[in-house]
Amino acid sequence: MATTAISHTPSFSETFFNSLYKGENGERFRTCLQCGSCSGVCPFGYLMDYPPGRMIAGLRADEFDLVMETDTVWMCVSCYACAQICPSKIPITAGLMTRTKEELLLAGNVPSELQSALENSQRYGNPMGESPRKRADWTMGIQPQVTVLGRDKRPVDVLWFVGDYPSYHPRVQLVTKSLAKVLNALGLNFGILGPEENSDGDTQRLAGERGLFEMLAEKNGRMFSKYQFERIITSDPHAYNALKNEYPALGISYPVQHYTQFLAERIDQLKPLLKQEVQAAVTYHDPCYLGRVNGIFNEPRILLESIPGLKLVEMAHNQTTSLCCGGGGGGMWLDGFQWEKAHARLSEWRVHEAVDIGANILAVACPYEPPRFEDAIKTIPQASKLMVKDIIELLAEALG
Amino acid sequence: MNIIVPVKLVPDLVEELSIDASGTALDTAWLRMIINEFDDHAIEQAILLKEKTGAHVTILSTNVEGVDDLLFAAAAKGVDRIIKLNGDIESGVNNHALSRAMSTIIRDLKPDLILTGVQAHNDLDGSIGPQLAEYLEMPYIGYISGVNVSGDKVIVRKEYPGGLIGEMQVSLPALLGIQAAEQPPRYVAISKVRQMMKTMSIEELDLSSLDSSGAPIVNRLFQPESGERATMLSENADEAANQLITIFKELGTL
Repeated sequence: MATTAISHTPSFSETFFNSLYKGENGERFRTCLQCGSCSGVCPFGYLMDYPPGRMIAGLRADEFDLVMETDTVWMCVSCYACAQICPSKIPITAGLMTRTKEELLLAGNVPSELQSALENSQRYGNPMGESPRKRADWTMGIQPQVTVLGRDKRPVDVLWFVGDYPSYHPRVQLVTKSLAKVLNALGLNFGILGPEENSDGDTQRLAGERGLFEMLAEKNGRMFSKYQFERIITSDPHAYNALKNEYPALGISYPVQHYTQFLAERIDQLKPLLKQEVQAAVTYHDPCYLGRVNGIFNEPRILLESIPGLKLVEMAHNQTTSLCCGGGGGGMWLDGFQWEKAHARLSEWRVHEAVDIGANILAVACPYEPPRFEDAIKTIPQASKLMVKDIIELLAEALG
Repeated sequence: MNIIVPVKLVPDLVEELSIDASGTALDTAWLRMIINEFDDHAIEQAILLKEKTGAHVTILSTNVEGVDDLLFAAAAKGVDRIIKLNGDIESGVNNHALSRAMSTIIRDLKPDLILTGVQAHNDLDGSIGPQLAEYLEMPYIGYISGVNVSGDKVIVRKEYPGGLIGEMQVSLPALLGIQAAEQPPRYVAISKVRQMMKTMSIEELDLSSLDSSGAPIVNRLFQPESGERATMLSENADEAANQLITIFKELGTL
């Protein structure tokens, strides 16, 4: 008797689950307890049709196509709060959320705000659509002159990967200039790529554009290989995360530090230079990609405490429980979309916390944050006296 | 249905434009090229028609820097055939020459419908659509923001000033100047574009002769010059604010 083979075409859920399962720590998706911690801790979980816990339930029930019909996942700011709290250590942000965004993007389902940031990144190497030729324009007037490797053709000890917002955003350029001032004060031999630098691509990757990330990484990798330097530093935790954790898999591997690590190592040289007092109660906001994702909690605080007169106070959410500013995972380019859904900004919650603790200054260490928090302050009357400063701006002030 | 979409690359205004030594043309040394925005909408409209009613879509563009990326991205969106046109383009070809030369190529492709952007910012001698329609002896309607196929006719929505929309019917073959596709041009993931670069090839055709006659001749190209009656304020915000206060006081408004 002939046996009849029952043909089975795998459903989208099955195919997708299999692809997740094959990813790093993917087998942990089977160990989900459905405890709901991820959905509870997610800053936008309360308004998602399918918060992370339900997404996993949908996956296991072979009903993930229902998730794909919603735009839930575009509320995800890739802040790693879910992955951090998960008792089964399921790679929710790196695996589930990012892969879901990738699938939506491949199907052409992208909010239009995000679309233009991705198109700009592809075309101009930065999400704002600024001229690539003007990437080093912020250096104008700085003395001694900032070395641009392609122009000045000399080896340096430190390659400073500047990043998109630090290069172009008028507010964040002030942070960038402060870092140049501190590096010069320490007499360091550093240089930048200038017009040859492209976006690090990490936030584009977390917004689901893996191919774009790889393209940008390859371009940066080609430039790195042209020049001589000992190490890379950056003021951007997203660039730091990409260079440290993602580029090596593409064969682009260099020692990299966030500037807070780099300067904390040189605190003995730096501290004697900090002569100007900064009389203020300062609270520090741990950026997701410096703190929760990469475990850098102490170095920023060491730098702040080295400033004479400065009093460090902690907000209710700090270190691993820090609240996201709302800019990650594509949030930077989904402000309108997320406002329409939430009628709230994550940055406002954070500013409320800083006010509650009685801080005069909200200190940050990520280029997304000064514009986001300063915008939030404008909408909160009781925060009108709160100032936002990157740690490097406070250090530059203390140099006098 | 056979849809042909001729598109062109235009100077990208993200970089500052400069005039070349002749004083009659742009300096091409620093020019970045980008797809004409209206042509991008024409591609989107062609793909929408393909999805709605079934069609074979061919894109044509002149061989200038950036054309391969443009064509592969269009292929990744769903275009069936991608062609680049070779010729002496760099010497500054105008729309008269281009439409004459393209008309012979397009005639051989036997189009039912031609969609192209209604205009481009570097159209110094008129937009290309009506000229092409003249050489192909086809009807032309411009400023289109919606196309529906019905047998051997299309029903189009034409935008008029003042927020008016006209709906009209045109027999095929016809040429439409697209103002806006029915939805914004879609995003296509880079991985799909890269896939196309591996699997699809760009055909190349020669533009026989480029005859620029009939077009106006540019005597002088120049940056906007400030008029004598205008008062230019300082670029420094504080100085500009002080200047404004003085001016308002002089005018008696403060």
